[in-house]
Amino acid sequence: MANALKALTPLGHDAPVSETIGPVTITENVGVALASLASRLGREAEVATVAQAAGIPLPGPGRAETASYGAIWLGPEQWMIEAPFETHEDIVAVLKPLFGEAASITEQTDAWVRFDLTATDLPALFERLCGHDLRRNGTGSATRTVIEHLGCYVVRRAENQVSVIGPRSSARSLHHALITAAKSAF
Amino acid sequence: MSRITGGQIDRSKTLRFSFDGVAYAGHPGDTLASALLANGVRLMGRSFKYHRPRGVISAGSEEPNAIVELRSGARQEPNTRATVIELFDGLQAQSQNRWPSLKFDALAINDRLSPFFAAGFYYKTFMWPAAFWEKLYEPIIRRAAGLGSLSKQDDPDDYDKGFLHCDLLIIGAGPAGLSAALTAGRAGARVILADEDFRMGGRLNAETLEVGGGSGADWAAKAVLELAAMPNVRLMTRTTVIGAFDHGIYGAVERVSDHLAQPLPGKPRQILWRIYAARSILAAGAIERPIAFENNDRPGIMLAGALRAYANRWGVAVGDRVAVFTNNDDGLRTVADLKAKGLDVTLIDARQGDEVIDSAGRLGLKSITVRRGNGRTETLAVSALGVSGGWNPNLNIASNHRGRPVWSESLAAFLPPEGAIAGLSCAGAAAGAMSTHGALTTGADQAVQALASLGLTASTDLPQAEDAPVNLKAHWYVHSGKGRAWIDQQNDVTVKDVKLAKQENFVSVEHLKRYTTLGMATDQGKTGNILGLAVMAELTGKTIPETGTTIYRPPYTPVAMGVLGGRARGEDFKPTRHTPSHKWATEQGAVFVEVGYWLRTQWLPRAGETTWRQSVDREVLQTRKSVGICDVTTLGKIDIQGTDAGAFLDKVYANTFSTLGIGKTRYGLMLREDGMVMDDGTTARMGQNEYVMTTTTANAVPVFRHLEYCRQVLWPDMDVQLISTTEAWAQYSVAGPNARKLLEKLVDQDISDAAFPYMACGNITVKGTRARLFRISFSGELAYEIAVPTRYGDAMIRALVEAGRDFDAVVYGTEALGVMRVEKGHVAGNELNGQSSALNMGLGKMVSKKKDAIGMVLSQREGMVQPNGYRLVGVKPVDPAKALTAGAHFLAKGAEAVAVNDGGWLTSVVYSPHLGHSIGLGYLKGGDTRKGERLRVVNLLANTDVEVEIVSPHFFDPEGERLRG
Amino acid sequence: MIINHPLLGPRDSQEFVYLGDAALIRRPDGMADGALDKFIDYTYLRDNPAGQHRELWYHEQGDRSWLVVTRNTVSHEITAVELARDVARTEGRSK
Repeated sequence: MANALKALTPLGHDAPVSETIGPVTITENVGVALASLASRLGREAEVATVAQAAGIPLPGPGRAETASYGAIWLGPEQWMIEAPFETHEDIVAVLKPLFGEAASITEQTDAWVRFDLTATDLPALFERLCGHDLRRNGTGSATRTVIEHLGCYVVRRAENQVSVIGPRSSARSLHHALITAAKSAF
Repeated sequence: MSRITGGQIDRSKTLRFSFDGVAYAGHPGDTLASALLANGVRLMGRSFKYHRPRGVISAGSEEPNAIVELRSGARQEPNTRATVIELFDGLQAQSQNRWPSLKFDALAINDRLSPFFAAGFYYKTFMWPAAFWEKLYEPIIRRAAGLGSLSKQDDPDDYDKGFLHCDLLIIGAGPAGLSAALTAGRAGARVILADEDFRMGGRLNAETLEVGGGSGADWAAKAVLELAAMPNVRLMTRTTVIGAFDHGIYGAVERVSDHLAQPLPGKPRQILWRIYAARSILAAGAIERPIAFENNDRPGIMLAGALRAYANRWGVAVGDRVAVFTNNDDGLRTVADLKAKGLDVTLIDARQGDEVIDSAGRLGLKSITVRRGNGRTETLAVSALGVSGGWNPNLNIASNHRGRPVWSESLAAFLPPEGAIAGLSCAGAAAGAMSTHGALTTGADQAVQALASLGLTASTDLPQAEDAPVNLKAHWYVHSGKGRAWIDQQNDVTVKDVKLAKQENFVSVEHLKRYTTLGMATDQGKTGNILGLAVMAELTGKTIPETGTTIYRPPYTPVAMGVLGGRARGEDFKPTRHTPSHKWATEQGAVFVEVGYWLRTQWLPRAGETTWRQSVDREVLQTRKSVGICDVTTLGKIDIQGTDAGAFLDKVYANTFSTLGIGKTRYGLMLREDGMVMDDGTTARMGQNEYVMTTTTANAVPVFRHLEYCRQVLWPDMDVQLISTTEAWAQYSVAGPNARKLLEKLVDQDISDAAFPYMACGNITVKGTRARLFRISFSGELAYEIAVPTRYGDAMIRALVEAGRDFDAVVYGTEALGVMRVEKGHVAGNELNGQSSALNMGLGKMVSKKKDAIGMVLSQREGMVQPNGYRLVGVKPVDPAKALTAGAHFLAKGAEAVAVNDGGWLTSVVYSPHLGHSIGLGYLKGGDTRKGERLRVVNLLANTDVEVEIVSPHFFDPEGERLRG
Repeated sequence: MIINHPLLGPRDSQEFVYLGDAALIRRPDGMADGALDKFIDYTYLRDNPAGQHRELWYHEQGDRSWLVVTRNTVSHEITAVELARDVARTEGRSK
């Protein structure tokens, strides 16, 4: 459906911002649609079956996985599902028919700002941001923790790539924290 | 007094610095103290109380005397210890607590008046009258006594915080710490080795002792090189571990830039690290203690180990004629090392009965008086005296969890309490192993044991080192003369002060400390505390362990407030939350107000408006006359789904939701278990098993937490799932008679009253964009709330304003919102004060007694349902020209303004432009039956007393015809 | 402090919000006879032990699990951490 309304990025611009400080590049990513998926009580097995058929991974605690969809563990029997925004803007409308009443699904795309960080030594950056130990948590780890008072998901996509997914209304504060820490660390 | 050969300084480079405006030169590797001594400067400060001339007595962070103001301008830092300031080019330092100059200090008169300034002087002298304290006594005392001064400017530097993780944290990089780090590092463990010094090696850098057949300093340097090459080992110099907290968490301050004139761009001055350590080893060495004797505080008198350190590490002879006063073999090392440097050294060995009984030299030591064991006294002309009363294991951090230190008779010192901090063990001199061999062995052994408890295997490979005994005979102070013998030089506490404390029965160590100030201030008695305890023990006829010792809290050494704050200062003090209309509102010149982390539009001034009331009145009148738009995104939104969602809402709301039709919205009242109102808001039923709850802005997080509590803890088998959607949707209120007409220009669906009646809700589209519409009203007008995905929020406010042009629509802020809700009699934050029930708010009938909702039972308690309890009322001034003030209390006419006559209070007050006068809401005793009564509202703080009439809280459209229109 | 989360392992207590005594799990039935007295006891009366204490913590900045933490109030030693939902079910809570 065509949108007459023009979108702004979480940082308040027409296009995403990317900045490189020393070895680290911090990029606002607006290309991913998000929905929370929670099993209804007693229907966990059904959800797992449907998810597997649809290429939706359901990783365990503290983990993120990617198949046809990406998924991050949020809490017991609850995940954040990722899909390309281009094709899945109304992501609930895509997922709901798959799971029916077996799961509770809620659009989360615009609740969050996502920054993708790439650098050769990301642990040196994150040790100035949060208590999550990237030296022990490699690719596929994903957790929610506190960065400058903000509850954020820290998702290790690859050895040299981490997504920080934080509350959208505080996008500027979070971005400032990331940039400042990068200048301090490198 | 000058440079001698040797030392770990780089003589090929010269660093310029100044002290009290005089220019000097030093070398890389120097501290300010070593460089001053090398330049012949012994006098470095004045004492706290008596303004006695003082010099450096130690070579480490325990220094009580040589504390200076460092740098100038905004970077001026008081109370820095010259012994740990790493010299840099351009360093400026000033002495403290003297006027007009260090050499001539007018307040040195205090020293002559010392009989008046004994312990407890302030308490005894400045007792009466009490009113004089604040205005007279305290400012005078503060000026006369004290330490350095602040710049009173904003700190220009940045500070960071960070988080580190390790298997083994080793505190201190002397022989024990290095041995532990090598053992653990070679075994593959994740190790952090932290040392406050800028050069690792600890005492090995200050000694001529051999390790592994070479110099100790060389062995340390090689060990550091090996460790630096290990990826599993993190070496942290200039890093002070400041305390042990629960469960293996340690605080550490890394001085990233203090050895530079100023930090490099983007870099912090210091970092506060939170270290998560599975195991830790305290290898912080030992601190030498003096022996007190008369006039033992002159510049040039210092600890024997420090005298040796300045010679060996920094190539400085403090004096060419030197004496050493010792009660143990370590003092003999100073004698030997200084002799080897070609100095003239006299030994005064207390174990032989020899004692130093007095000294002379106004601004620096000139001579000492020695009483030999045979009773003969002699005067020795010396410019430096090293004193050693033995070494105290540096157990500070080991007692952070209140573990009591254990007395060792052989060392005459306290040892760290074993096991007092889970996961921490002690090694080396900190554990009482005073020889180099002992340090290396215990360091390695503790590392092996720590790793074994983590399931790791390590082996030891130790170099040869001396294992000499201490040979100490306890000797705390010299019994002689009537003069003063200093115990705590920083606080000017003498042996006499301890005697006075005893005389006045302040005999417990804690009372002794508070009464005399022994062990307080920047050095926390690291050198002198034990002397005070020993004197008290002797006076009371007890042993030292019976007398006990005070214990230590973090921080180990003083910490700048800035580093505790980290980045959290100025506008970075907390995160800021921006609403979706923020960019647009900024362009319009909106005035913002902080609501928690949110910035909300408070009002939007237009050209020509000079007061906030003009803007707010216009926003209210125009909304009620035509239509107004308000960003209400900040209200909490919680998506509630599941087959038990309706039943769940019946538990958490006082009223019923399971009966709510799909596509309908209902106002809900949420109680705490004690029956008080917790929050309110509307909840919409979007589908069979799907609700959207709204909360107040302030309670969005607490309500979500509460719902999770209810679903996980109280009713774990309910099929309910929750997720916050507060930030996912940009939500705007559109209110006023033309609200529907405005929205019809944007919404693709039929929203006529028939198709979308009052309290309807549903999914719609706005020019093709997915949106949600709720027909709810806070203002009392025909009103909607429309929500679009947040990324379209900016476009949506612009579209609403554009569509509103035909109706002269206004955008209103939180002030106008507040005016309209008071006009309508809706409760908000001031009424939802955590002490008010539904009945108080006039909403008692909403509490269903037919179901077991949270708070239902206790809301019916006797005390909660008294007929004369507080009830929400409307209030208007009898004279419309009079303004009301919130917080004013209800009083009957003629009643005295005392608590017993209090009838309640005004909670919210606004000026109603619609009515043309001030109106208010309030809680009035029995208020539901008192309409039409005339009372006074009295505010003793604002000095107001206004006659008012009690009216219905619904000032505006009480029948609600407008919002159903 | 560090709380060893049963699903996520050791986590800093700064990610958590403390509520209080885990006896709050045993909420009385509001519709039963004598409910008022039971609720007064439930809401206002607490043991205040110097020693072992079972208490409710919420992983607010984490996975939003409510936990029952067994903690020594004197030493802060934590000897057990359980999901509150599991504890509640064990104690007979349902819906």
